[in-house]
Formats: sequence, C-alpha cells, structure tokens
Amino acid sequence: MMIIIMAILASTLRLATPLIFASIGGVFTERSGVVNIALEGIMIMGAFFAILTFRYVPNPWVAILVAMTMGMMTSLILGVLAIHLRANQVVAGVAINLLAGSLAAYLLEVIYGRSGQTDPIRGGLSRSPEALQFLNDIPVLGSFFSGLNPFVYLAFIVVGLAYFVLFKTPFGLRIRAVGEHPKAADTVGINVYKIRYICVMISGALAGLAGASLSIGAVNMFREGMTSGKGFIALAAMIFGKWHPIGALLACLFFGFAEAIEIQASTLGIGWIPSEFLRMLPYVATILVLVGAVGKAVAPKASGQPYDKAHH
Amino acid sequence: MEKTTESRWAQLWDNFKFPLLSIFLAFLIGSIFIILTGNNPFVAYYALISGSMFGMSRIGETLLKTTPLIFTGLSIAFAFRCGLFNIGAEGQFVIGTLFTVTAGYIFRDLPAPLLIPIILTAGALGGGLWAAIPGVLKAKLGVHEVIVTIMLNYTALFLTNFFIRTSLNPSTLQGDVQKAHSVILGENARLSNMSDLMPIFGSSSLHTGIFIAVAAAFVMWFLLYKTTMGYEIRSVGSNPFASEYGGISISKNIIKAMFISGMLSGLAGATLVSGLTFKIDQAPASAGYGFTGIAVALVGKNHPLGVLASALLFGILANGERKMQIAGIPKEVVGIIQGIIIIFIAGEAILQYFPDLKKKFRRKGPKTEVAEK
Repeated sequence: MMIIIMAILASTLRLATPLIFASIGGVFTERSGVVNIALEGIMIMGAFFAILTFRYVPNPWVAILVAMTMGMMTSLILGVLAIHLRANQVVAGVAINLLAGSLAAYLLEVIYGRSGQTDPIRGGLSRSPEALQFLNDIPVLGSFFSGLNPFVYLAFIVVGLAYFVLFKTPFGLRIRAVGEHPKAADTVGINVYKIRYICVMISGALAGLAGASLSIGAVNMFREGMTSGKGFIALAAMIFGKWHPIGALLACLFFGFAEAIEIQASTLGIGWIPSEFLRMLPYVATILVLVGAVGKAVAPKASGQPYDKAHH
Repeated sequence: MEKTTESRWAQLWDNFKFPLLSIFLAFLIGSIFIILTGNNPFVAYYALISGSMFGMSRIGETLLKTTPLIFTGLSIAFAFRCGLFNIGAEGQFVIGTLFTVTAGYIFRDLPAPLLIPIILTAGALGGGLWAAIPGVLKAKLGVHEVIVTIMLNYTALFLTNFFIRTSLNPSTLQGDVQKAHSVILGENARLSNMSDLMPIFGSSSLHTGIFIAVAAAFVMWFLLYKTTMGYEIRSVGSNPFASEYGGISISKNIIKAMFISGMLSGLAGATLVSGLTFKIDQAPASAGYGFTGIAVALVGKNHPLGVLASALLFGILANGERKMQIAGIPKEVVGIIQGIIIIFIAGEAILQYFPDLKKKFRRKGPKTEVAEK
C-alpha cells in the first residue's frame, strides 16, 4: 500500500510539472495585463525543439535552452500583436496555437521525413537526477524520490522565484501595477510596453520549458498532439490559483493528482469512477471557481485590454 | 438612408480588402515553406486548387468540408455581433452531435420526414443549451465567456466520450460488443446524399446539409439586420451601456445571442452526423471545426454573407490539402497558412504604422471592431 501511495505521489508531481511551468508563465502574462491563450501552442514548440536539439547536440540542458528560446520567439508573436498592434489577444492566441501545431508537424515531416512522432532519444531527463541518487536509498521514501525527474525540482524553484519576483521586488510591483492600472503605471514613469513584453517573453520561456519537460522529461520523443490540452489545463490552474504563483502551484498539484488517480484507478479499486469525469475535473473545477462557488477569483483588472500609449 | 449600388460595392470592397490582402500574404509566406521542402509553390497551389475545384465531384467534396465551417463561422460571427467571443463552438459542436445521435436513437421508429427535423432540432438545442451556460454566467455573474467556453470545450468532449462508451454504445443499446463509437443512425435519420439527387456530384459524399447551412446564413442575415431582436443584439454588441440606457437589456441579449450562437454550432454537429458520419466516435481531441470557425468568422468580417465566402475558402484549403499531400508537399503547410491568415487579421492595426497604406485601406473612420474585448 505504501508503495502505491509513493508511486501516486511521485506521479502526481511528474504530471503536475509541465502544468506548473506553463501556469506560472500564464501568471506572469496575465499579471501584466495580457491574456495568454497561446500556452498550448508554445508548449508544442518547446516539446518539439527540445527533441530536435538532440538530433544535433545530445545534451538535455542545451535542449532546454533551445526549447525556452523557441518558446520566447513564439510568444514574441503574441507580444507584438497584443502590445504594439493592440490586437484581440484571444484571436492572437488562437492563431499561435494553430500555427505552432502545424509548424511542428511540418518540421517533423521535413526534417525527420515522417509524420506522427520522432524517434526516441537517448539521454533525456526522465530519470531521477544523478546528484540526488542518495535520496533513492531512503527506506519507503526512496521509491518516491526515484520517481522524480530533474524537471520536478526545477518546477518548485520556478514557483519560488516567481513568487519572489512578483511580490518581493520593485520589478514585480511594476508588473502588477501595469496589469491592474496601466494608465496609472504609465503616469508614474513605468514603461507599460516594456513590462508587458518582458512578461510575455518570460511566459514563452516557461511554456517552452513546460514543453521540454513533456518531451525530454517524460516520453523521450515528440508526438503530434502530445500536449493534448495541457496548455489549457495550465490556464485553468492559473485561474484556479487566482493568478498567484503558490495558488497556481497548488492547483497544478491538484490537477496532477486527479490525473495520477485516473491512471491508477483500477489498482486503487476506484475503477467505477468513469475516467472521463476525472479528466473533466480541472475544467469543471475552474468554472466553479469563476462562478464563485469555491471562493471568488478576480482577474487582474487590465488583463486582456490593449494599452494605447498615445491616447491616455 | 438609401445607398446607391455603387457605394454598396465600394463599402463591400472596403470591408474585404484587408482580409483579401491577408490571404494573399499568407499564401506568399506559405510558399516559402513549400520551397523549403524542395517543391515548387505553383505546383503545390495548383494541386490545391485543382484538387478541390476541378470537377463536380471534387467541388462536392469541397462543399462537404465547407458545410460545418459555415455553421461554426456563423456561430462565432453571431456572438461577435453581440460583443461576445465564443471560443466554445468546438464544445457546442460536440454536444450537438451527442444530442443528434441520442434523439436519432430515441425516435428511431419515426419516418424520415419527421425524424430528420427532430434530430437536427435536437442537435441545435444541445449546442444552444451548452452555449447558454457561459451566456448565463456572463449575464448574471459577469464571468468572462472566453475562459468558460474554453473549459466547456474539454468538458463537452469528455462528457460525450463518456456517453459513447456507456449509454450510447452499441453494446448497451443493441447487445453488440463494446465499440469505440456510438450506435449508428438508421437510414431514416440520414440527410440525402447530393449525388442521389444530382448524379453530377459523382463520388462525393456531399449531403443536403449544405442547403441548410446556406439557408442559415440568410436567416441570420435577416435576423440581425431586419428584425428588432437583431437590432437589439447588435446594439448591445456595439454599445452596451447606451443600449441599456435605451431600454435594451444587456443580460437578456447576451443569453439570447449565446443560445443562438450555440444552436448554429450544434447544427454543425447535427448535419455532420446526419449527413456524413451517422455515428460519433470516442475521440482524444475534438475535430477543430470550432477553432477554424473563428478564422472563418474573422475573414468573413462577422457578416453572414462574408462567412459564406470565407467558409468556402477554408473548405477549399481543407479539401485541397490532401491533393497537396499526394503531390509530395506536407499538408501542414495549409495549417500554417491558416494560422498566418489569422495573425494578419488580428494584427490589422499594423496599418497604423504605414499611414499611406492606412489611407488606402480605410477610407472611412475606423469602424467599431466587434471582436474588441
């Protein structure tokens, strides 16, 4: 029984990890006033480019850097559209999702000469980190630690950093000011566009990292459609966590737990719960939060509203 | 105010210049991706056009692909007209298919002239009710419809998968073995195949749903521009507070608009099931008609007749991509082109950085963008 519990806990953390990266990315953009529906598409780019890097440089850390860079490049499209062109941010996000999915599939076909999925890579980061091997020898808990890959630890570091940056630094205060009241922020000399660009890029890097954690951190290959709505679950987690890094973390853990339970349902003797309902959980829970059934969630005031520097 | 025919055409041209330019530029950029694969873009685009347009049977297939896109495009355009962004067409479509198959099974003994209207109505109703959820939440609690509709898309997918696996499965209803799809609709629940009516359509699977789709566009046009209800919905879309001041209820119109929008998406599902698939499959992801519908609505400038034209364009792309694939060009190029079209249309404001261009493109003052949020 202990073994099963440990396995489920480890699996919860593993499944929550990509969600954590992406939803922290979402927290940054939305806190600065830009809605990011494109998380899903950016994750696809990250997942693909992490694997592609292995074709040329078989080093996971280089792959992560490339994935984050490509994530930033993709999010830059959202940035330019949402910030300078004051486009409808939701439309921009939809476009990026469509483009990213097709682009990854196109590159897969052009570079690998096949569709569907890449070859598996060797040397990914799907196992527990070398430096922490001693944890695996702890009785009982060892089986928990051996189930954690480096991305899991990284995710918690990212949450801590995000919390620190957003709430303990002047830069974070500026971000929140821009997201709540851009006009006021502009008046006191904060460069609204610059802050928003930085936040959109941060979210691109994090969503790219989320993609990498899906590909080189788990299945060691890229598969078309492998993100399967995780970008939207991350978006849901961000809302569920009330636009707060710690809240988003807890929401991701909750959603990861639901997924882990679903996978282990028959072992746990809860096979009678339809798996579809467990998969629905994140989405339904988020609607309930929005409705105020589980405590009211309030978005940053200026989220989704383009800011026009010239006319204020 | 009377308008001369000439100024109407000029206005039309004004409205559609930018979408047309976007399409042109997207194809231009798409050709770079084709060249990168070592192919000739002209060959590729010829394959695309010939594969979807040359011959009645190919045109039939194109119109088949166009049918659901007309519905979802209209659905999203209708919501836009009321100032709402319905990203949930995808989910409303899925619920539409669910209701259609359910009604088709319950009333399976009725004759076709009764059964077909019943199941189409059921599909429309399903989509409408599903869309009414975000409508009510927005109207009564001020919850943003974009997030709710995204969440409901996945909810709809899994809910439908659940029913296909359980109560709608042939194993439950017909004592068959467990299947990955629902029960199959009987002959009396199916829309006629066009090639049965007009043999000229040959081997295409085009069904009479296309007539319903085109009719829906005209009904929507009439509703929006010739009735009080349409006037109220549009006025809430363009200036909600002035409307409220003038005695038009914002919340009632939001719910009404979402319900009608959802009905159109539901009809997309209903006609697809009744005209082509006759069943629904368990699916890991939804088919994407709702998301393409966003592009259709934007290119069509949220006008019912514009939507007809742009749905045809996306139908051509969807049908021609297979021919391109056969000619050795990855079909994903089409998806890339679609993405770029939306990016350009979203970024229409780029014209402000080129004042001369802007003058050419916008003779009149900036119109109220319905998609503004």
